[in-house]
Amino acid sequence: MSDPSQQIPQLPAVLVFPLRAMPLAPLSMSLTAISRSIARRHPGLFRRLGEYCHTRYVLDPTDLPFVIVLDPGGGAPRVALTRGRGDGTARIAGSLAALLGMVHGAYDGDALFFSRDLVIEGDTSAALALRNAIDDAELDLSQEIARLCGPMQGPLRRFVALLERQSGVSLTRAAEGTAW
Amino acid sequence: MVMEIVCPAGTPASLRAAVTAGAHTVYCGFADETNARNFPGLNFDRAEMREGIAFAHDHGAKVLIAINTFPRAGDEALWHRAVADAESCGADAVILADLGLLDHAARHHSGLRRHLSVQAAAANADAVNFYADTFGVKRVVLPRVLSVQEIAAINAETDVETEVFVYGGLCVMAEGRCSLSSYATGLSPNMNGVCSPASHVEYHDDKGVLDARLGGYTIHRVQKGEPAPYPTLCKGCFSAGDKTGHLFEDPVSLNAEQLIPQLQKAGVTALKIEGRQRSRSYVAQVVRNFRAAVDALEAGLPMPEGMLARLSEGQAMTTGAYKKTWR
Repeated sequence: MSDPSQQIPQLPAVLVFPLRAMPLAPLSMSLTAISRSIARRHPGLFRRLGEYCHTRYVLDPTDLPFVIVLDPGGGAPRVALTRGRGDGTARIAGSLAALLGMVHGAYDGDALFFSRDLVIEGDTSAALALRNAIDDAELDLSQEIARLCGPMQGPLRRFVALLERQSGVSLTRAAEGTAW
Repeated sequence: MVMEIVCPAGTPASLRAAVTAGAHTVYCGFADETNARNFPGLNFDRAEMREGIAFAHDHGAKVLIAINTFPRAGDEALWHRAVADAESCGADAVILADLGLLDHAARHHSGLRRHLSVQAAAANADAVNFYADTFGVKRVVLPRVLSVQEIAAINAETDVETEVFVYGGLCVMAEGRCSLSSYATGLSPNMNGVCSPASHVEYHDDKGVLDARLGGYTIHRVQKGEPAPYPTLCKGCFSAGDKTGHLFEDPVSLNAEQLIPQLQKAGVTALKIEGRQRSRSYVAQVVRNFRAAVDALEAGLPMPEGMLARLSEGQAMTTGAYKKTWR
């Protein structure tokens, strides 16, 4: 068996340190604003969630000291960061690089599960619905964030591209099938 | 003639990924019980299907719609509507399993090409020819219980096109006849389109030791660092007496890539990839890999070495029944 942990890159310290140090309330508000922007641009994602569009999810980046509690809100999502395990119907845990890679279509969710880089707990059906809805939405989180940054869009995109090249972490939507 | 690569798509994004990666043909299903991958968040509504087919046709690819579960008595209209909508959406063929539905399609949608699903488990030339003579079936997807020699024997006695699985999850039962998951969950792939339905699956991770439960029964326990399998009963790890092991089948994926030349010699028309429940990343990589293999075969080059272990269940692969080596 290969050692999968060697194949998923680590998030660069330049990103991890501020994420660890930042107060959670403003970060939660920012993530809620980004998720609402995504909801406006990708309404199909919430249609695809179907009966789970009001299900509360705990997304646990295991290399960060907080979890992300996502309430899709039927298309008006709310995001809250909290320390501890968080409270939700389904829990999806993995390194932030693995979670970002799955969102961006660089990694296959089942393959991450087989290799134990991804852990699912709680309502498996809800977790699958979210995974499938996000995969179909073909999100690019960096672009979604950049859209909200006005004149800073250009510099932010260049910074993200540099970070991605240097770290190997999938920070933008992957070209089809470039990872595994 | 290049062997046809038939690729899975659980979502419109996966369909586009498959076509872009070089799929000759894509198969998919409507978002209901009429197809055997009726999973949450998967499949196509009618508008998505129409758009997906138009995209594929614009890129020179075909789309097959799987309507391959067995209609429930009294609810046949759901399946009949699916066949009618497949035709109006512009599908190149429907993949059917049920005798009644095949008869309905032949009578009411005679211009719509009909393929026989693996769920029908037609495993000999007489059965294949019966479906062709009676319902005008043009292609049969053969069950994954046949050896290459047996496939060649079928092709020697029929003019019907044959399609075989070359990659992905492996069923150990004759498809269409497996009711294992019914015993634990009340739902089956044959009637409800779900094998080990996610609504009945629970995972518990305790310090790296992962338990998978189906319908409340623990069917796997894997230690920290060991690859995890799908939570299907047929690949469960059970204890009986003083022995613990995989009773039916180890959790591995089928990979018959290196057997493609032999399958071509056996008269196979199309190579099918399993995995409508997988991501667009999986679809793109597997399609690219197999397209390279059939193109190499056509050009008289050796089969390229694939890089698909990472995507496989249990991170291990087998040639399944194609090369029978019983233990």
